[in-house]
Amino acid sequence: MLKVLKAGFYTTVQDAGRFHYRNKGVPVSGVMDEMTVFKVNSLLENKESSAVLEITMTGPTLIFEKETFMALGGAKMSATLNNLPIQNYKVYMIEKGDILSFGRLEKGFRSYLAVKGGFTSKEILGSRSFYKPISKVNRLTDNDVIPFSVVEDFQPKISEIKVASFLDESVLEVNKAPEFDILSDKQLEEIFSKTFTVAHENNRMAYQLTETIAPHTFSMLTSATIPGTVQLTPAGKLIVLMKDGQTTGGYLRAVQLTDKAICILAQKKGGDAISFKLV
Amino acid sequence: MNSPKIHIKPFGVHSVLIEWPNEVSEIILEKILHFERFLNKEVFTNKEWELVPSYNSLLIINRTKQIDFQKLSADINNWYVQLKESPKPDRYLWRLPVCYDLEFGLDLEEVANHFHKTKEEIIALHTGATYTVFGIGFLPGFMYLGGINKELELPRKATPRSKVVKGAVGIAGKQAGIYPQESPGGWNIIGNCAVPIFDASKENPCFVSVGDKIEFYKISKAEHDLHRIEAEVGIYKPEKIKINA
Repeated sequence: MLKVLKAGFYTTVQDAGRFHYRNKGVPVSGVMDEMTVFKVNSLLENKESSAVLEITMTGPTLIFEKETFMALGGAKMSATLNNLPIQNYKVYMIEKGDILSFGRLEKGFRSYLAVKGGFTSKEILGSRSFYKPISKVNRLTDNDVIPFSVVEDFQPKISEIKVASFLDESVLEVNKAPEFDILSDKQLEEIFSKTFTVAHENNRMAYQLTETIAPHTFSMLTSATIPGTVQLTPAGKLIVLMKDGQTTGGYLRAVQLTDKAICILAQKKGGDAISFKLV
Repeated sequence: MNSPKIHIKPFGVHSVLIEWPNEVSEIILEKILHFERFLNKEVFTNKEWELVPSYNSLLIINRTKQIDFQKLSADINNWYVQLKESPKPDRYLWRLPVCYDLEFGLDLEEVANHFHKTKEEIIALHTGATYTVFGIGFLPGFMYLGGINKELELPRKATPRSKVVKGAVGIAGKQAGIYPQESPGGWNIIGNCAVPIFDASKENPCFVSVGDKIEFYKISKAEHDLHRIEAEVGIYKPEKIKINA
């Protein structure tokens, strides 16, 4: 078990996501930054779908109540294990009673904690990912406990990896989305030449962008959306849907983020700058 | 038989959108669902694929792999022109109880005033229609219902509510629906349905599917309370009638 001593800003259990219920309106959820989670799960020789903790902006204080192995990745949050600084992308052996805590957010926005074998909290509709009201809660609070299985003997093949970090990248590569071809030349020019600021309205459902582009008067019937869809409202506002984003929408779907671009954006916070590049 | 034309559009590297003519039509919806059944049964049998129908479109998503757009769109066109008539699947008309007491129908008086009708007349118009489920989205189990009586079409509220309760029955424009969970919302609220449209504890969390029909009937507060208790303990049983569309 892992016990939450202090919850921090917004920490959730996430796995690869909840699939095959989108036709009933259920968002896929799952980790926002898949590339980072792939790395931390690989380090621990976990399955790709093993559940991790997604830690946003201000980290929690956690106490391990069983032995295991852990690794962190993603945002740099001045993490310490029993008050000693630790690194991202490195396997640490955990003893019962060890305390993991986080300090100042140095870079990025979301940090991921993986344990050997993954967290084993309850699966609902095929996934452990938090999404209220499918899960009872939307984030961890003080004194919550998250189960994981005890590992007898694990010898990590690699104890740490050097990763090419994308935390400094700000260009989001995109492909066409269904309404791309009805955008005006002016709108296209603006999308691909402007620098946009991530608005403070950003969360697991969607990232709004502050700067607007030329407005439009098209209306369309409600149609499917996916994580990474960049919607354009009639007023010219851009909204990037993320993992908890709604499964259908009525706004124009201008462009679609690549898988990597979703990860890059997931590490941005309000005030950060991004731009789009068509590939 | 002449099939309505389709357009296939790229949507990122993992999905492809098939679009039918831009209209709300049960004929088009039937065609989409017919094609979706064929694709689910004959083509996209692997768990990697997911299909999402809505109004005049069908989204095909592959979870991990990149789609070869040119090849898949050629295939889709071929499959579509060769699509054979097939036995219609079981469809259901769901009859859902609604309590229209003012405690729940927060906007019922305003709606009645807007149309210069009595509350009873509004309720009769709402319960008198058979609705078609054109899509499920926005929230888990949120149905986009078409088929509202023209005399009940009115705009969304000028200022959306920051909190609409679970089960709230709403109307807006040409659409009707039920909020399956507490949520912000801008629809005009005229009643409440205690039967949960979405229940994550069930293997099939949402008994309604796109293409099904919905009717509402009026119940008293006492009956509503009883349905609410049934819902809490998980023994509710929405009334259904098998139909063949």
